Amino acid sequence: MQRTPFYSQHLEAGAKMVDFAGWEMPIHYGSQLQEHKQVRSDAGMFDVSHMVVLDLQGSEAKPYLLKLLANNVDKLKEPGKALYSCMLTAEGGVIDDLIVYYLSATSYRLVVNAATRAKDLAWMQAQLQGFDASLTERSDLAMLAVQGPNARAKVFSLMPTDEIAIAEPLQPFYGAQIGTWFIARTGYTGEDGFEMMFPAEQAAKVWAALIQAGIAPTGLGARDTLRLEAGMNLYGTDMDETTSPLTSGLAWTIAWQPAERDFIGRQALEAEKAAGVQQKWVGLVLEGKGVLRNHMRVICEAGEGEITSGSFSPTLGLAIALARVPAACGDHCLVDIRGKLQPAKVVKPVFVRHGQSVLS
Amino acid sequence: MSNVPANLKYADSHEWILDHGDGTVTIGITDHAQALLGDLVFVELPEIGSILSAGDECGVVESVKAASDIYAPIGGEVFEVNHELDDSPELVNTDPYEAGWIFKLKLENSSDLAALLSADAYGELVASEA
Repeated sequence: MQRTPFYSQHLEAGAKMVDFAGWEMPIHYGSQLQEHKQVRSDAGMFDVSHMVVLDLQGSEAKPYLLKLLANNVDKLKEPGKALYSCMLTAEGGVIDDLIVYYLSATSYRLVVNAATRAKDLAWMQAQLQGFDASLTERSDLAMLAVQGPNARAKVFSLMPTDEIAIAEPLQPFYGAQIGTWFIARTGYTGEDGFEMMFPAEQAAKVWAALIQAGIAPTGLGARDTLRLEAGMNLYGTDMDETTSPLTSGLAWTIAWQPAERDFIGRQALEAEKAAGVQQKWVGLVLEGKGVLRNHMRVICEAGEGEITSGSFSPTLGLAIALARVPAACGDHCLVDIRGKLQPAKVVKPVFVRHGQSVLS
Repeated sequence: MSNVPANLKYADSHEWILDHGDGTVTIGITDHAQALLGDLVFVELPEIGSILSAGDECGVVESVKAASDIYAPIGGEVFEVNHELDDSPELVNTDPYEAGWIFKLKLENSSDLAALLSADAYGELVASEA
């Protein structure tokens, strides 16, 4: 199994380590609930060094991404601006979701999922054919996400003034190069914060400084419940190559304009739209007893669906889920919890933002 | 190392059994079991009055990450359940052998207690799983 540059720091912090896509990663450091609450109320840090950082360079980097990605990199006008996008098969299935940062006219940085690394690289390399551009994997970088209402302030407390001058003005979904570091105001929790990439050999020093600043180590368990509350998709459970972004709550990431941009998967999605999208992706709030889990059967008047991600929401104190259901599903449904049908409310797929419930 | 009190009996399905000596027992899940499950967020209690045989599924403990069945470690009739767990399932994590008890059984046959594991035997089982 592979280990990130923070492996010994995890053990030192009392982590329970698990296999995540071939990586030995911390699931929690004692209490997933406590770590979750820490991020909602203060600040926590996640080792996300297993994720794959790719630098794309070349005179045709942009035309390549215009074809490769379902979102439109032409929206990126300022250096450091980030864009969330799906990478689709010709059939319109989701190969992966990713973030792309615009660095210059000939240079972009992409961050893709660890579990899909091999197939992503193979696909991206194959599509490079005919473009003057090349991909370089940056496995020399470590990556930490620091998230929570106090996360940025705590990071600034460790920075020299000239670096704060660059990091402080960053708006959400913007990043900046600071020396050998890349720091972006992005995340996967619904809280403010940064995702930071830096040379792996600095890992121990950075970790110790962040701990010193009062930022709590947070495991993959809390990362999952935080992103679930924020209604953010998880690749492999909420969508994959067999599902369309249009039935995965990702229609907002498809850039249909300009009509002549022929991105991979466009034709399939247009056909799907023309035929009428049969399913939608919603949030569920359990009104009955129990905990919602992945793959539970959802029954609405319009037919049946399935939970794609379900768990207990520590912030709300009740069970929530993301689910793919018939497009005509109304405001209420039933969920099959071990043979008992429990009532649930159908809501927009977002539950918590900036520490607060968004349920009405 | 998990806590395995010497005064209790155990089942290999990770329940503990406190023998009251009057044909009734109190049952919960062990410290080892709660540690494996992580933070509990919901306990589905057995139904009062239900008649259970050893090995019957009779309830569920759910943590943030997974659901796990509770088994009857011994046969009998459920006569009391711990409703404190409805609002405070975390008691099973913080105090698995006292406040975190789950249900009480009127034994069908007190001699069945002899088939349960001693603290030593259960301790060895846990050690072998680690």
